[in-house]
Amino acid sequence: MSFDIDVTKRLGDAQVGAAFVAGEGVTVLFGPSGAGKTSTLNMIAGLIRPDWGHVHVDGETLFDSGERIDVAVERRRIGYVFQEPRLFPHKRVRANLAYGRHDAGESFAFDDVIAFLGIGHLLDRWPRTLSGGEARRVAIGRALLANPRTLLLDEPLSSLDDARREEIMRAIEHIRDVFRLPVLMVTHDMAEAERLATRVVRV
Amino acid sequence: MSLTPTEWQIVGLSLKVALVAMAATLPVAFALAWMLARGRFPGKVVLDALVHLPLVLPPVVTGWLLLIAFGPHGPIGAMLQNWFGVGVLFRWTGAAIAAGVMALPLMVRAMRLSIEAVDRRLESAARTLGAGPWRVFGGITLPLSVPGILAGCVLGFARSIGEFGATITFVSNIPGETRTLPLAIYSALQLPDGDAEVLRLALVSVALSLGALIASELIARRGGRTLHVV
Repeated sequence: MSFDIDVTKRLGDAQVGAAFVAGEGVTVLFGPSGAGKTSTLNMIAGLIRPDWGHVHVDGETLFDSGERIDVAVERRRIGYVFQEPRLFPHKRVRANLAYGRHDAGESFAFDDVIAFLGIGHLLDRWPRTLSGGEARRVAIGRALLANPRTLLLDEPLSSLDDARREEIMRAIEHIRDVFRLPVLMVTHDMAEAERLATRVVRV
Repeated sequence: MSLTPTEWQIVGLSLKVALVAMAATLPVAFALAWMLARGRFPGKVVLDALVHLPLVLPPVVTGWLLLIAFGPHGPIGAMLQNWFGVGVLFRWTGAAIAAGVMALPLMVRAMRLSIEAVDRRLESAARTLGAGPWRVFGGITLPLSVPGILAGCVLGFARSIGEFGATITFVSNIPGETRTLPLAIYSALQLPDGDAEVLRLALVSVALSLGALIASELIARRGGRTLHVV
């Protein structure tokens, strides 16, 4: 199983979290805004600490409240494409892409990644000069090049026009079918979920 | 209208004192700015107030406190004398200490603001890419706060050039050793025929201060432009 997740956390008055088991392909976390989808991704990535539960990814325990296991974010190897691209503004696209690269154990070749994302012509640009769709593709490339064992996508298609959405959807399909990387994706759009999802988890 | 050799010497001494003050205060100011921007500890408000104290305290009081601390029988002065055999009293190094202490609040303020302005979301993105805390600090946080650090340094330098009250109290007004620009202007004002010298040194002061302020503004603007976050 790629994902075996059961996490809960109190945020103010609300209790957020999710419990599901998922394998290969694209797993879509589907639910209305405010249901705690992003919080669930953050708990899987290790950016926020669940009050209770466990995170097993790719057979490895990354968090377990009972066994007091909490692997540091930087050692989880979970690729995370945030809703906003979060590109480093003081680094060019090339340096952004290279930030998480490791010489040993690179699962995806640099040239393959920039080719399928169509970002080869952007390498010498500064992040502030990119359009929304370009920045998002660079963010996906940056996450893939950090040699992740899985990829989290938070609303990867939000605030893009139809042509840009199509580009990103094709990229996600490529990651699913060619790279065969397990993807966990958050959306509140049923059409997206239906097209991309191997399975849908309602939150 | 050109400067006399003595006046050149005064300008040179002022620049030396201000540069040393700025360089020595930089690491202290950055550490304090970091603690105030990111730290969560009891007594933070007190630390904040202490850092700002030289800004509001009468400079003569700051100078007197330095005199007590760095004097031959003071806690720091005795330590410097016993361990390193150096004294800073009535030396240009003492003038640099006074200037550094007076510049500290300005430098901490500028640096703290720029550290607080760093988008924490970029840091969490870096961590998901495999960067540990030190790499995040060195590769993301520090470079993104560089404009504020530079602006703080320039402001600190300018403040040091103008330092008067604490300096004259702490290390006196000794020609060739502690007589920096403001002290020299003050001395020239006491002389019946010092007007021309006052004018020349005042113009140098204005030029240096203006230059520093413009530099600081340009750095801040340039920083703001490049570091626009998407």
